[in-house]
Amino acid sequence: MVHYNLKRITVVPTGKDFVDIVLSRTQRQTPTVIHKSYAINRIRQFYMRKVKYTQATFDEKLGTIIDEFPQLDDIHPFYGDLMNVLYDRDHYKLALGQLRTAKRLVEKICKDYVKLLKYGDSLYRCKQLKKAALGRMCTLMKRVGPSLAYLEQVRQHMARLPSIDPNTRTILICGYPNVGKSSFINKITRADVDVQPYAFTTKSLFVGHTDYKYLRWQVIDTPGILDHPLEDRNTIEMLSITALAHIRAAVLFFVDVSGSCGYSIAQQAALFNSIRPLFDNKPLLVVCSKIDLQSLESLPEEDRQLIMEMKKEASNTLTEEGVINVKNTACEKLLQHRVEGKMKSKKLEDVRNRIHVAMPRPRDTRERPPVIPAGVLEARAAAPPRAPRRLEKDLENENGGAGVYSANLRRRYILADESWKEDVVPEIADGHNIADFIDTDILKRLDELDREEHQRQEGESEEEDMDDDEFRKLSPEEQEALAAIRLARRNIREEHRLKKTTADSRPMVPRKHDKDKRFTVSRMERHLSNLGIDPSAAAARARSKSRGRKRDRSLGYDEEDGADAMDGFKDSAQKQQALALGKKAMKKRNKFARKGEADRTIVNLRPKHLFAGKRSTGKTDRR
Amino acid sequence: MRLEKCWFCSSTIYPGHGMMYVRNDAKIFRFCRSKCHKNFKMKRNPRKVKWTKIYRKLHGKELPQDTTFELERKRNRPERYDRNVVEDTVKAMKKISETREEREAQTLANRMRGKKTQQRREDLAELQQGIHLVKAPTALLEEPSLTLPKEKMKVKVSVEQESKAMES
Repeated sequence: MVHYNLKRITVVPTGKDFVDIVLSRTQRQTPTVIHKSYAINRIRQFYMRKVKYTQATFDEKLGTIIDEFPQLDDIHPFYGDLMNVLYDRDHYKLALGQLRTAKRLVEKICKDYVKLLKYGDSLYRCKQLKKAALGRMCTLMKRVGPSLAYLEQVRQHMARLPSIDPNTRTILICGYPNVGKSSFINKITRADVDVQPYAFTTKSLFVGHTDYKYLRWQVIDTPGILDHPLEDRNTIEMLSITALAHIRAAVLFFVDVSGSCGYSIAQQAALFNSIRPLFDNKPLLVVCSKIDLQSLESLPEEDRQLIMEMKKEASNTLTEEGVINVKNTACEKLLQHRVEGKMKSKKLEDVRNRIHVAMPRPRDTRERPPVIPAGVLEARAAAPPRAPRRLEKDLENENGGAGVYSANLRRRYILADESWKEDVVPEIADGHNIADFIDTDILKRLDELDREEHQRQEGESEEEDMDDDEFRKLSPEEQEALAAIRLARRNIREEHRLKKTTADSRPMVPRKHDKDKRFTVSRMERHLSNLGIDPSAAAARARSKSRGRKRDRSLGYDEEDGADAMDGFKDSAQKQQALALGKKAMKKRNKFARKGEADRTIVNLRPKHLFAGKRSTGKTDRR
Repeated sequence: MRLEKCWFCSSTIYPGHGMMYVRNDAKIFRFCRSKCHKNFKMKRNPRKVKWTKIYRKLHGKELPQDTTFELERKRNRPERYDRNVVEDTVKAMKKISETREEREAQTLANRMRGKKTQQRREDLAELQQGIHLVKAPTALLEEPSLTLPKEKMKVKVSVEQESKAMES
């Protein structure tokens, strides 16, 4: 069976549009350039191709339409009937038939004209033939135009039909107009059907889905049915009738007990009886709606009678209040019905043969109920009902609730003494962890330690410091001497290290020069005195040797008095002047900030290359 | 809260100090400061690094093992809280640390025993050998004591002043 997707049928264009589409496609997809000087075969081929292509396009497009629209005989009779009601079966069939004929005729035209084209002798002839062929095809399409328009309408309406699955579990709601069918479906499903006070608010079928026992149930809301013979029914009522007729569903017949729909109970009972044949083989439920306006008990006698009669027919109870109850009962009934149906079918036997449910077989007729010892039963009877315990949760709620109350985690501690529960236990003391020392026999250990200490101390007192006498202490003068010796040693070391430097790092001046005046007589005198020798003799000798200098020294003039060395200058002022001159001579000349072309000066007014010399090319009139 | 020991230098790590390194074999190394951490990263052996406690204990600079150390031991089984025990423990801890300090002082004293004599001996030898740097041999003959010589130079300035004073 072909699967139709009624919601996804391609758009059916109008006659004119159809022609436009096809012709423009031909023009785009076939070669367009031809010249009368081409070979005749080529010309013929060119035009034949055009004709064939047009035919193929028509074929394709008409084919898709014909295939996509459902055949009324192929689909479920419910849909077939529905479409008959809505679109008129005959008209529909005729329209599709027309399209089929058109397709055939186009093919015929194409064949004829291709045969003629084979014998076309000039470009003009071929072109005319092609024009004729295409023209005839298009006129054909124009004739089919009204069918196309009708089919487009049908397609648009079909796409909006509710997607009802005729085979699944369904609940059908029917009754007079305005009895509360749409309100009911709004309550149990997520459908949003219009509910208004005027009759025939619901003009077509509406589907909702609901759940029961983990299964999906369809609920179909129908437009209201009035009580008149079948022939007089209009399209909308026919929808309900079709649904009732073809779908194997649980039927909910709604009765308005208050009469606010405008119809009495008698009328509704009459309707019920007239459509009773439609309820064959379907689980039926009679629902009394609007009992908030008028309860069942306060109904007049005859009405109650009528309802009871309907109820008898329904072979089930009238449901009590509660939308959910109605739904549940309806679902249960339908499930049972379906299961029964399945049980009766042949397919079940194949499955049942393979399933075996094993039940334990009783070995004798003795009963063996569960055993509860008598003592337990007595205790249960005797014990008073236990008072509800006070939980931590209750405590929390009493003391400010979560976030305010923080539970005392120490409440249930098991300790030797209850008063220890709130103790603040130290963890660290003096850089040690107390937990590392905790020991139940710490006192015993401590005693041992004490004993050890005692022994140790006794042992120690015996060996005092005995080596005081071997070497005596140095006197303060001797200590001074020692310090001086150490200092002298250090100085010698330093000097030696300085002397050891290479010629690269320090220029060595021979001692004779004595620039820094280190080797003066007074210094020598001092040095010798420090060593404990009388220096006068050595000083006299040194001075006598240095006699015979050129210059006579004045009294105040004492070179050895620690003044800076003059290096051959008269005085310090002269020396400073000389130093200043020397610095000046070493000054770097700053000649970078020369004026250039950018400073609005022409450095060289008559550059040589412009004012002298011959040119390699050109004249030298102007310089 | 626990005070831990640094893996490298064995000093206590107080809360908020140091770093912890967990190796892939789940062994934990705690360091008191980045010095120890960096030494560890350099793969230095704390037994060979002079300033660590381990080295000092190994090379006899400090008290290596003692009963006082046995008393401080990490117990893995928690004991049920007993107030008296904890009180006694806190008091005992003080006593224990006191004894430990005494014993450590004793070890130090043992190590340092004979140092004074040695020092004196060395000083004397140095004095005898080096006296020639600060005292001329002639002075030493006159005064054989190992002390600095008396200064023999007549200072010029003081003499002039004296003469001037005399004149005026």
